[in-house]
Amino acid sequence: MSERITDHPVLDPIERKKEVSFLFNGKSYKGYEGEPIAAALLANNIRTLRYHEESGSPRGIYCNIGHCFECRVTVNEKQGLRACLTPLKEGMEIQSSGMLPTPVKEWRETHV
Amino acid sequence: MYDVIIIGAGPAGLSAAATTANQGLEVLVVDEYMKAGGRLLGQLYEEPDGTYWNGIKESNHLYERANQSGAEIKLGTSILNIEKSGDVWLVYTEKDTYETSHLLLATGAAESPSPVPGWTLPGVMSVGAAQVMTNVHRVKPGKRGVIIGVNPLAAVIASELQMAGVEVTALTLPQMNGLNEEAAHPKQVMNQLLHVAHMAPSALIRQGSKWMKPSIMQDLGITFYPKSGFKMWGIPVHLRKAVTEILGDEKVAAVKLATVKPNGDVIEGTEEIITCDFVCIAGGLYPLTELAAVAGCPFYLVDELGGYVPLHNERMETALDGLYVAGNITGIEGAKVAIAQGVTAGLTMASNHGVQGLKDRIEQSIEEIEQTRDNAPFHFHPDVKKGKQIVQEKWEEMMAAEQPL
Repeated sequence: MSERITDHPVLDPIERKKEVSFLFNGKSYKGYEGEPIAAALLANNIRTLRYHEESGSPRGIYCNIGHCFECRVTVNEKQGLRACLTPLKEGMEIQSSGMLPTPVKEWRETHV
Repeated sequence: MYDVIIIGAGPAGLSAAATTANQGLEVLVVDEYMKAGGRLLGQLYEEPDGTYWNGIKESNHLYERANQSGAEIKLGTSILNIEKSGDVWLVYTEKDTYETSHLLLATGAAESPSPVPGWTLPGVMSVGAAQVMTNVHRVKPGKRGVIIGVNPLAAVIASELQMAGVEVTALTLPQMNGLNEEAAHPKQVMNQLLHVAHMAPSALIRQGSKWMKPSIMQDLGITFYPKSGFKMWGIPVHLRKAVTEILGDEKVAAVKLATVKPNGDVIEGTEEIITCDFVCIAGGLYPLTELAAVAGCPFYLVDELGGYVPLHNERMETALDGLYVAGNITGIEGAKVAIAQGVTAGLTMASNHGVQGLKDRIEQSIEEIEQTRDNAPFHFHPDVKKGKQIVQEKWEEMMAAEQPL
């Protein structure tokens, strides 16, 4: 379970912009405008952002600052956006990508 | 056409922006993150004088200064390529291509990935990721975490997580493999830790670190190192235990922890399961240099600086005309050093652009980098000064080779 930190002992509270609704894999969630998609999803207890293109294993954030590209999602039909860098907006439709066909590998399994 | 483009709105980039804009140059700063500050944003630790170094406040301050100086700052914009065309540097983003005479790479550092079986499970993240989630976005990375990797960055972030109410059950070594030998070797890790022990809040650890300096004491220390670890900020630090695997189906559920010999070998039959819902991997930082490589800068591998660094001189000029570097791209150090380097880079660019009378100020700013380095409460690498010397020597060798006889 993840939760938001509202009373930090040292840091000042952050300015939360307005609450917005968004869709992730067709389900509706709430987050704060301008926060990274990855943070909004984690606050909703969602860690799995995509499934590996070949193995199908679940993947979440790794570096959280744009270097590793592990968190890529489709946003409003645009593929390959990093959830850690993309600010959340009202009404966003976010999709995880999943396994892709591997026809050459499958052909090899039965033919080589 | 800009006079100066700066890639990276962290401490080095923002300080360089304010410096050059204050000299009357037209400056653009570009960063792909949605907030300015870079890695500085997440930082939060107690200074030796008892005050807090608050990365968010420092970032805001640097941003305001750059902004007021007249520099234009574009966030949320990734650089896809840079290339030189005649005397002009072209900077490509997804939408636009910008042109400039002077290009400063202030791209900072990235975390070294340190693979552990199970590390692709959701819930496993770099220790910096947990720091940013917690301090910058105020979302807990989980309820209860284990940090793999015992080093200064891991220790500082562990304390930050705890401050925010996130439980860290242990800092522990990774199991030794072909990639992580030094980071998995109990004695070498302890040796590294001794360099930062004066930062530890416990007088016992501070005292202990003094008599632990001789090598024989380190051997004894690691042999008799308490199996349950010692505590730093109340968090057990294990130098005789290593994570052999991260467990979970769809996400992290636990780690498998085994006792290791002083040389790092796992002692069979000692495995225990520690439940947790997130795991941080702390593999250390390395200079983020892709753009310098794309541009064609000569590099040198300097372990004391954290990895490959583009060759540069004290004025922060690279071997390529009009291309400069500042901050962690030149070696892993604290934000204060990066700020000081940004000033030097900014003055050098202004001077090369034709602003007169900056020679003394540049010299002075170079000295200030050195002083800031000397005053740093700790160094990511204890031999950073040696690393800087190596870069200087390699630079001079290269320049000498280019001189016609």
